[in-house]
Amino acid sequence: MALTLRDLLVQGAQMALVLIVAPLLTGAVRAIKAHLVRRQGPSIFQPYRDLARLLRKEATMAENASWLFRVAPYLIFSATWIAAALVPTFAAGLVFSWAAALLAIVALLGGARFFLALAGMDVGTAFGGIGASREVMIAALAEPALIMIVFTLALIAGSTQLSTIAEFMQTPAVGLRVSLALALIALIIVAIAENSRMPIDNPATHLELTMVHEAMVLEYSARHLALIELASSLKLVAYISLIACVFLPWGIAPAASGWWELAIGAGAYVAKFSVCAVALAVFETSIAKLRVFRAPDFIGAALMLGLLAVLLRFVSQGL
Amino acid sequence: MTASPLLALAPPPLAGSLLAIAALLALGPLAVLTFRSRLSSGLIYILAFVASVTILVAGATHLWRSDSVESLTLALGLPSLGAHFRLDALSAAFLVIVDLGAAGACIFAIGYGRHETARGRVLPFFPLFLAAMNVVVLAADAFSFLMGWEFMSLASWALVMTHHRESENARAGYIYIVMASLGTLALLFCFGLLAGSGGGYDFAAMRAHSPAPVAAASVLLMALIGAGSKAGLAPLHAWLPLAHPAAPSHVSALMSGVMTKVAVYGFIRIAFDLIGAPLWWWGLIVLLVGGLSAVLGVLFAMIQTDLKRVLAYSTIENIGFVFVGLGLALAFEANGLTAAAALAFTAAIFHAFNHSLFKSALFLGSGAVLEATGAREMDKLGGLIHRMPATALAFLMGSVAISAVPPFNGFASEWLTLQAILLSPQLHEWPLKILVPGVGAMLALAAALAAACFVRAYGVTFLGRPRSTDAADAKETDFFSLSAMLSLAVACLIVGVLPGLVMDAFAPAAQLAVGAHMPAQIHDRWLSIVPVAESRSSYNGLLVFAFALASMAATVLAIHWFASRSLRRTPAWDCGFPNPNSITQYGAGSMAQPVRRVFADFVFRAREQVDMPAPGAFEAARFRVDVRDRLWDALYAPIAGLVAFVSDKLNYLQFLTIRRYLSLVFASLIALLLALALWP
Repeated sequence: MALTLRDLLVQGAQMALVLIVAPLLTGAVRAIKAHLVRRQGPSIFQPYRDLARLLRKEATMAENASWLFRVAPYLIFSATWIAAALVPTFAAGLVFSWAAALLAIVALLGGARFFLALAGMDVGTAFGGIGASREVMIAALAEPALIMIVFTLALIAGSTQLSTIAEFMQTPAVGLRVSLALALIALIIVAIAENSRMPIDNPATHLELTMVHEAMVLEYSARHLALIELASSLKLVAYISLIACVFLPWGIAPAASGWWELAIGAGAYVAKFSVCAVALAVFETSIAKLRVFRAPDFIGAALMLGLLAVLLRFVSQGL
Repeated sequence: MTASPLLALAPPPLAGSLLAIAALLALGPLAVLTFRSRLSSGLIYILAFVASVTILVAGATHLWRSDSVESLTLALGLPSLGAHFRLDALSAAFLVIVDLGAAGACIFAIGYGRHETARGRVLPFFPLFLAAMNVVVLAADAFSFLMGWEFMSLASWALVMTHHRESENARAGYIYIVMASLGTLALLFCFGLLAGSGGGYDFAAMRAHSPAPVAAASVLLMALIGAGSKAGLAPLHAWLPLAHPAAPSHVSALMSGVMTKVAVYGFIRIAFDLIGAPLWWWGLIVLLVGGLSAVLGVLFAMIQTDLKRVLAYSTIENIGFVFVGLGLALAFEANGLTAAAALAFTAAIFHAFNHSLFKSALFLGSGAVLEATGAREMDKLGGLIHRMPATALAFLMGSVAISAVPPFNGFASEWLTLQAILLSPQLHEWPLKILVPGVGAMLALAAALAAACFVRAYGVTFLGRPRSTDAADAKETDFFSLSAMLSLAVACLIVGVLPGLVMDAFAPAAQLAVGAHMPAQIHDRWLSIVPVAESRSSYNGLLVFAFALASMAATVLAIHWFASRSLRRTPAWDCGFPNPNSITQYGAGSMAQPVRRVFADFVFRAREQVDMPAPGAFEAARFRVDVRDRLWDALYAPIAGLVAFVSDKLNYLQFLTIRRYLSLVFASLIALLLALALWP
């Protein structure tokens, strides 16, 4: 497979696209949530303004923050960006998708979280520690669940490459499968947990003892905070794209397709994206946050469902 | 492959390695004579380094040139047997693993050993320990193998007992020697069964005839007990987290990073080479033990408060990973799926190699911390990234690698193990079909918990604010120690970026063990690794690394151009109430609390107790956590009780008269002769 200009353009467009839509997604979810509770919420473009404002500000940093604290936002952002850019959004057959199959994408997101938790501990405040310790606990349950989901998909599609999986999912060979349904539920739970959404964590809270993600990034400001905020938006985009490309694969432009199909793919992506944003907002509005130590039950369910799905695939080809 | 003219000039690898081993053996007495001199420490370690590098080059040469098997028989050991040595691809692969770690430990020790107070207790045993491990890997008869094995145990025991006046070390040494003897006993049985009634203790003779099914199964179990206990497999792991941390840090690195690999080698040699064709349920047992070790190891690592003990428990986890790979390889081989077996085997040996790199780096890092602060307890450390920046960097790279973050090496080998699991629906047996997904989930859980564990270990030790004055006054360690740690850490990155090269190097070993090897990876596009087919899965460490660098560079430039560049140092924000006292930070115990709670009843049997003073009283509230190892209570405590009871009774034999001793000897002679006469 030679590198063609078109492939590079598609990959480049994908990288730019996820970066551009990420704040939009966050803004849209906030706006819909506000609308649902009859609040006059900010415009859906508010996150762009927030980012621009953060970038203009002077950064402050704790006196005893180390170099790791300064480097971490860049590491977190770039790892998340790569991961998000490797999940097909509007076109399959991304030119670099063979460089990192789905397991590598999971590990890249894990790497971003590793540095985020370390950054939370760097200044040596109680809140940073509380956030980091809870984040790694949630991740320690969510990541194996995600790996089990990857196993299920890989066993069904015969590949861990997302482009191949997405193309396979559009063929009639998929059919209705119990294991896929289990994997979908598990993936939604994992996506909620990993993105610090309700009911695991409240993205809007600043109430000290309930924070997880916000507690870790408490010491960040200005450009560093902007990078971290953008990274967490990107992570949400990555998960939504993942759900969309595996479970709603319609319209994704196949590899080596023409410009017209790419345009259809882009249109379909916008539609799926909006549906997911509305669904997330409705779900978050209709549920209360769990106590931290109830969260393992919630995520543990995802792990068990994932394991069950894999087990079904091991014992039967048809399920 | 073409051999360069330089390699052609080198002596035959086997003879060269044996000479280097002899040199290491000679270093022991030399150390006894010279240890009082201040120069002796550096001299011994430099010479040991040279010997290790010699063996390393020999092993690498053998692998690189894909040499044919070399054998050599020396007139040593048992009179009728002689000492057989053999260098094949499997031995060569493990020579590389052993001596790479050994070389790192030697360089570290050149600096670290200067501060050793009990030089006379370390210097003589260190080269003997290295020599013994190499002998095990090269031995080609049961006698030499067991001699090397026992020498390795005793030398490492002596090193564990370096600071024997600390009661904890004495206990660790005692448990270690008991478990090591048990392991050797199991291996003795194992070789006895393999040799059969003919008494062919030469490995070639064992290979020639395969034992009956029952005997073969016993051999496998004995090998699992003997080698597994040395490697730290659950439930025989209890000695490991006691003994490995008790030794001086460069020895801890050797024991955790290298000696466990020698045990893995012993298991592979017996289970894949000497027994003959495997049965499918062998794989089942090995898989189960491996999966259990992985999860239990990392869970207990998560709650330890002693930095070196965290690392020791994490060794158990990684050995679990290796044995899962080996179990899959056995199961695939029994099903005739040799390509899949080669994949699983390569994953196992690749992970063993990677573990020897990052675990050595991490143990050496903990040694540097111990040396700078005098503390192993994480609750006395903190903030070391400011005072020991280079050590902190090396430890960070090791932590990232062991947490399987791409593009480091830990990810590559764990990824490969998971790929092997994805091939296992092809297995025919139902128990395997049901167990393998469970083991896969265990590995996934272990990998995720390992990341949590190293966030905690690194965060509490190196980040935050110092928790003691020793940590606040720490000084960066010396040049030699730093270069050892940093080169191991950089090796982790290089291997992670170019995993195909290492996997190709281990291909002959897989060919020898399972009769097939993975397709050569070096020709794949841009050095990706492609275990089966590109449409199935592939990973390219180089591209991921390049991508990460490029996107980071782009981000830095963009921020540089568009964002404000000013930076102000202020007091920590901490929601407006920063507390200057360093104990308000999260410590080792509090970081572990969420995970401990989640697994509290099931694994740890944790009891938390809060003593609140009455309202108005002024004493401090107390919080106590009690964690018990169920395996210890269920398995070790009864055995320890039994051993104590029996030795108490046998104590009687210690005070007999000479007449009674003679009659005892006579009676046992008669009994043995009777047994021999009555034997069918």
